[in-house]
Amino acid sequence: MARTLCATCKTARALIIRPKNHQKLCKACFIAVFEAEIHHTITTTSLFSPGDRIAIGASGGKDSTVLASVLKTLNERYNYGLNLILLSIDEGIKGYRDDSLETVKRNAVQYDMPLKIVGYDELYGWTMDQVVEVIGKKGNCTYCGVFRRQALDRGAKMLGIKHVVTGHNADDVAETILMNLLRGDLPRLARSTSIVTGDSTSDVRRSKPLKYAYEKEIVLYAHHKKLDYFTTECLYSPEAFRGSARSLIKNLERVRPSAILDVVRSGEDMAKLVPEEVTGISQCKSQKVSLSSADGEEEGSGGCGNTNGRDSGGEMADMEKKLQLDEEASSREVDVTSLASTADGQNHDRIASKSVGRKRDTSRKLVKQTLGTCKRCGYMSSQDICKACTLLEGLNKNRPKMEIVIDVEDEESSTLRRRMEGVTLAAG
Amino acid sequence: MTETHPKPEMASENTIPILVEFTGGLEMLFSDERKHRLSVPSKDDEGNPVNIGWLVKHLCDKVMKDSRKEMFVLDDHVRPGILVLVNDADWELEGEASYALQPNDNILFVSTLHGG
Ligand SMILES: [Zn+2]
Ligand SMILES: [Zn+2]
Repeated sequence: MARTLCATCKTARALIIRPKNHQKLCKACFIAVFEAEIHHTITTTSLFSPGDRIAIGASGGKDSTVLASVLKTLNERYNYGLNLILLSIDEGIKGYRDDSLETVKRNAVQYDMPLKIVGYDELYGWTMDQVVEVIGKKGNCTYCGVFRRQALDRGAKMLGIKHVVTGHNADDVAETILMNLLRGDLPRLARSTSIVTGDSTSDVRRSKPLKYAYEKEIVLYAHHKKLDYFTTECLYSPEAFRGSARSLIKNLERVRPSAILDVVRSGEDMAKLVPEEVTGISQCKSQKVSLSSADGEEEGSGGCGNTNGRDSGGEMADMEKKLQLDEEASSREVDVTSLASTADGQNHDRIASKSVGRKRDTSRKLVKQTLGTCKRCGYMSSQDICKACTLLEGLNKNRPKMEIVIDVEDEESSTLRRRMEGVTLAAG
Repeated sequence: MTETHPKPEMASENTIPILVEFTGGLEMLFSDERKHRLSVPSKDDEGNPVNIGWLVKHLCDKVMKDSRKEMFVLDDHVRPGILVLVNDADWELEGEASYALQPNDNILFVSTLHGG
């Protein structure tokens, strides 16, 4: 087969086909355009200011490794003036993080960045191994997931850093948009499209500079730049809801590669149609910034959780049984009449509402996800006491089998549970 | 009756040495080995030059010990989300499954489906 020449430089051999536009590029031109597009995302959203201290949520996986590498490159090339720090979370499971933390330690040397590893024991007073000792191997995925969701924010706060970037890519965002669409959860759909969560009043902002970067290109960038990253064992599962959304995305991509960015753009457009009082997103800002609810927003990968939302099978059914009503109980509903026309009373959370089984109005209610702060720890929460604090209270009372309130997203950590089951078995 | 057909893989001029690599987590399906040096027949059963489609089936049937075949192949295709690079080039540039293997080719399978 004749060698194809690069569409940009027209001299080197094309090695890459860009999913978004089928452009055929050589290695050098691909790396250049990949970096240029992330620079474009950063500048058009005014993501950073000179002098910012930025913590990169680093798991040692491909997304956060590429993020660290690209941010270092761009920071030097365009004089962003950023102070970049790698921030890793150690759940405190013997053996589980050894390889990924070794990778992050090498990255710290390769990218000449300070590395801070924060343990669950520092953040919560409990390692996951200790949690398992108390509650047993069943249900600890809930704890780990809830703790993980706040861990980067808490770790950053400990370091006095106000901005955490994560490696969430376009596939992750598209997947989350689809999941929220399928759940009929417009408020969360709207928030999941924002590049930044939190604003200047928040303790810690979160952003995803790789939001428009295809996972495929992230992997190719890591490959062609020979980046040092770590992969966990096979994690995905067709049964889990997120796994299904992921498969759908990947199948769509095969038929029509632009589909991933199209879903992201559609999500952004839908977000604009969701009333501000429902999303908490201020539309008047030129840069779309949403308040975050730290409990229950987390989309798949990017952060320190290298379970990446591709969890083991059958967990979803378990989770469904355990799901309890949450926001609805906090009586913070607002009736959104503008959206009430077509609906049939389905709650914003399909699963939670199913478990209630109470009679509902025929008009649609969107639960206003009031984004306040936890009265105990001060972190963002849609409830008075955040889930982490609720779980900690139970743990500290050594009364672990208490009823707990969890979100669908808690499924993401079930893989870790599987790993931990292995650890537990090995230990005794 | 004894079979008298010659076994093509016995003759070295009828085999092709290739290097197959698995990364991004796929190596876990292949005995945790990243690199597999293989010698494959130059022709398939019908006498056609072996291509990547043949190789994928061969890897699935003969090389992969893990029972989770669907992690690698779905509906007779490489699972969506797994990238295939032929000597560093996207296999879409090389005719995908129909690419005929050449001596010393490097065929890389990278999963994008694993932890980020
Ligand atoms: Zn070029
Ligand atoms: Zn709290």
